[in-house]
Amino acid sequence: MVKRLLKDLLARRAMFLFTAVPGVLVFLMFFGLYDRSRSILALHSFPDLLFGSSWFPLKGQFGLYPFLMGTVWVTLAAMILAVPISLLSAIYLSEYAPRRIRETIKPVVDLLAGIPSVVFGVWGVLMIVPLVAKIAPAFGAYSTGYSVLAGAIVLAIMVFPTIIHVSLEVFASVPRALREASLSLGATKWETVKHVVLRKGLAGIIASVALGFSRAFGETMAVLMVVGNTPIIPKSPFDSAYPLPALLANNYGEMMSIPLYDGALMLAALVLLLIVLVFNIGARAVLIKAERKAE
Amino acid sequence: MGFRQRKAEEMVFKVLMIGSTVIVTGSLLLIIGTVVVKGFPAMNLAMITQTPKGGYYLGKEGGILNAIVGSLELAGGATLLALLFSLPIVLYINLYKRRKSRLAVFTRFALDVLWGIPSIVYGAFGFILMMRIGLRTSLLAGIIAVALLELPIMARAMDEVVRLVPHSLQDASASLGATKLETALHVVTRQCLPGIITAILIAFGRGIGDAASVLYTAGFSDRIPGALLQPAATLPLAIFFQLGTPYPEVQERAYASAAILTLIILVISLLSRWYGRKFQKNSIL
Amino acid sequence: MDARTHISIQNLSVSYGRQRVLKDVSVDLPDRKVTAIIGPSGCGKTTLLRTLNRLLDGMDGVKIEGQVLVDGENIYDPKIEVTRIRQKMGLLSQKPQVLPMSIFDNIAYGPRIHGVREKAKLRQIVEQQLAAAGLWDEVKNRLHEPASRLSVGQQQRLCLARGLAVKPEIILGDEPTSALDPQSSRIVEQRLIELKADYTVIVVTHILRQARRIADYIAFLYLGELVEHGPAAEIFANPRDPRMKAYLTGEIS
Ligand SMILES: Nc1ncnc2c1ncn2[C@@H]1O[C@H](COP(=O)(O)OP(=O)(O)OP(=O)(O)O)[C@@H](O)[C@H]1O
Ligand SMILES: [Mg+2]
Repeated sequence: MVKRLLKDLLARRAMFLFTAVPGVLVFLMFFGLYDRSRSILALHSFPDLLFGSSWFPLKGQFGLYPFLMGTVWVTLAAMILAVPISLLSAIYLSEYAPRRIRETIKPVVDLLAGIPSVVFGVWGVLMIVPLVAKIAPAFGAYSTGYSVLAGAIVLAIMVFPTIIHVSLEVFASVPRALREASLSLGATKWETVKHVVLRKGLAGIIASVALGFSRAFGETMAVLMVVGNTPIIPKSPFDSAYPLPALLANNYGEMMSIPLYDGALMLAALVLLLIVLVFNIGARAVLIKAERKAE
Repeated sequence: MGFRQRKAEEMVFKVLMIGSTVIVTGSLLLIIGTVVVKGFPAMNLAMITQTPKGGYYLGKEGGILNAIVGSLELAGGATLLALLFSLPIVLYINLYKRRKSRLAVFTRFALDVLWGIPSIVYGAFGFILMMRIGLRTSLLAGIIAVALLELPIMARAMDEVVRLVPHSLQDASASLGATKLETALHVVTRQCLPGIITAILIAFGRGIGDAASVLYTAGFSDRIPGALLQPAATLPLAIFFQLGTPYPEVQERAYASAAILTLIILVISLLSRWYGRKFQKNSIL
Repeated sequence: MDARTHISIQNLSVSYGRQRVLKDVSVDLPDRKVTAIIGPSGCGKTTLLRTLNRLLDGMDGVKIEGQVLVDGENIYDPKIEVTRIRQKMGLLSQKPQVLPMSIFDNIAYGPRIHGVREKAKLRQIVEQQLAAAGLWDEVKNRLHEPASRLSVGQQQRLCLARGLAVKPEIILGDEPTSALDPQSSRIVEQRLIELKADYTVIVVTHILRQARRIADYIAFLYLGELVEHGPAAEIFANPRDPRMKAYLTGEIS
């Protein structure tokens, strides 16, 4: 008997330690990356690195700005494509679609979320890159196809599931009686959605978009394969770009052989982590608050 | 606004909504379709039964067995490691603590935050960890990085199931004189087994498909990894490298490899869905 | 009773999936009277009320048979415009459902949708309805605050005012006082009685005393069947069906 209780006590202590892991891990990642980028932060100021635009590792110049802008461009363009499409689909699925259609399409969306990013990349190379090259002249531009636009299209598809999934949950949390209150005033379904459901779920919808954004911001392989990777700030959607994650993925090989290179890359990872954390934590906090309110 | 106009607006948006839904579902079909159409013609038995021979990346003989086995080993190991952490975490926040306790809420929050961290950052962090403990790029280092990546996915999926276990079940077990630990292991874990297996499958699927986290950590090798400290090839990286060569024959192999990876993922996905469905039917939850 | 029939329900049956919850209900509801739908829990009161403004027919798995005539017009006629039917009927639900917008916009919502644009006109409607609901003095200085900040009782009165702003002919209430404190309940009950001068009022209630206080006409449902209906005075004084008797004496509830 004593042995059993002792075992229970030990297990409780051990499990508590395990439970500390997720929280600790977030901090460890932050401090680990910070620690490794101290070498370069000792020589250059953070703003200089972040907003410097020359990237010549051999000359000791590590301006991250073009990469930062590459990420921002690709991500923003992706969100411009993804947000309306995802929200419209989510509205359709939650408000209009018959249950049978809804229950068929939801798993399809989940399946889309499970496809590895390399496969998205391969598909992008096969279909989207040639497509962009083909349509560029119609816009008076020349493009190899490896471009911001190609990255944005691939990325948009990758964030559909995130936005759709979260906003479906948000819509489901809007009480049916509230919709009926609007309908019984003689509003159409669309008017009810527009004025009541979307407004009631606004915080949650913003959170879903922020989550989608942070997903897109850190996505690496698929984007890397279709954006062209030239370290110049893109000026049009048909230009190629070089996002931060791609920088990290492409140069891990050399980083130990050039002085400060590893510090610069770890700093890039840190910047990526910080931006994603801000969006993520913000979105989660909004969602938790909305959930509390709904209870 | 006249009634006609109101109706017309609704119709316009309905068309846009249906169009969007078609785009979303269509893109999945398009991706799978493209990969299958491009991949299957390039597939042959050698691809999945042989390792790369000399000059494979120039278009010579061989296959990607090294990457297939490497990926399975790596994702398998990582999933095991992630399970070792996820299970105690989930049991602890659901059984030992009240479900809405501060620790439980904070842990879920931390898991959600981890879930959102890009895999390339896990790769970089895995690399730092590797340097700290003096590891080289190896199967083991890859396993650690991917396990970290899988942890939040697995733990959250498990949590969804375990948090539904009714208190009455725990109380019933406790009233028979079982300790919490015994209740956790014998009653709750058994009750939730199908859900736990689903969570494991989901995490495994994510692990096997991820490339960015293994780039820094697992290395790449043409041989099948025989030990934890040897570098390991992975399927996603094999696809990436093959597509990166200038030779069309090798690029074709990338398509074939992508088809293989997609197939594996789909099988895992459907398996977990089927298992989850079965669970819903048979369980008292 | 001498009153004109406003709503005529004819052979109405409703099922959720395989479960039939209303069985061949036929009843004429009088114009400009308060009708109370009473009956034990789960007997189909809410369902009956919701068929009146067609809130059920969009739902998955719901099957509706029979007719509902409003002013002689079958509202289940496929050619009919649902929004027009719904506009004819104001709905008060169990818990007040204020729209996620300001107090002002809650009232102005309906008129705006139906094409009222001028600011002055909207303001006039809002003021008039709030005054009629006895809310004006309480909220006139905070018209642009979110309506969710009002107390539950105030919210329910706001909902009533909001419903009246689209000029309905019928007011439907599903246990509209069940979430309210006694004080607010009284106010809402009182308003419903006043409103029958201009509107047909139909209220679901499970409080017999409330039915006695406000109803002119009673419809008693039991397990989906309309067991008894008629003028309230007659029914309470002289119930015919044994189930009705049992309900009145509190043997079933
Ligand atoms: N959406 C639904 N799907 C399936 N069954 C339903 C649904 N809504 C109600 N029911 C069932 O229909 C029957 C009648 O329900 P209804 O809500 O009309 O009863 P009620 O008389 O209003 O009850 P209460 O007094 O509890 O409000 C009940 O048995 C209920 O379980
Ligand atoms: Mg009811």
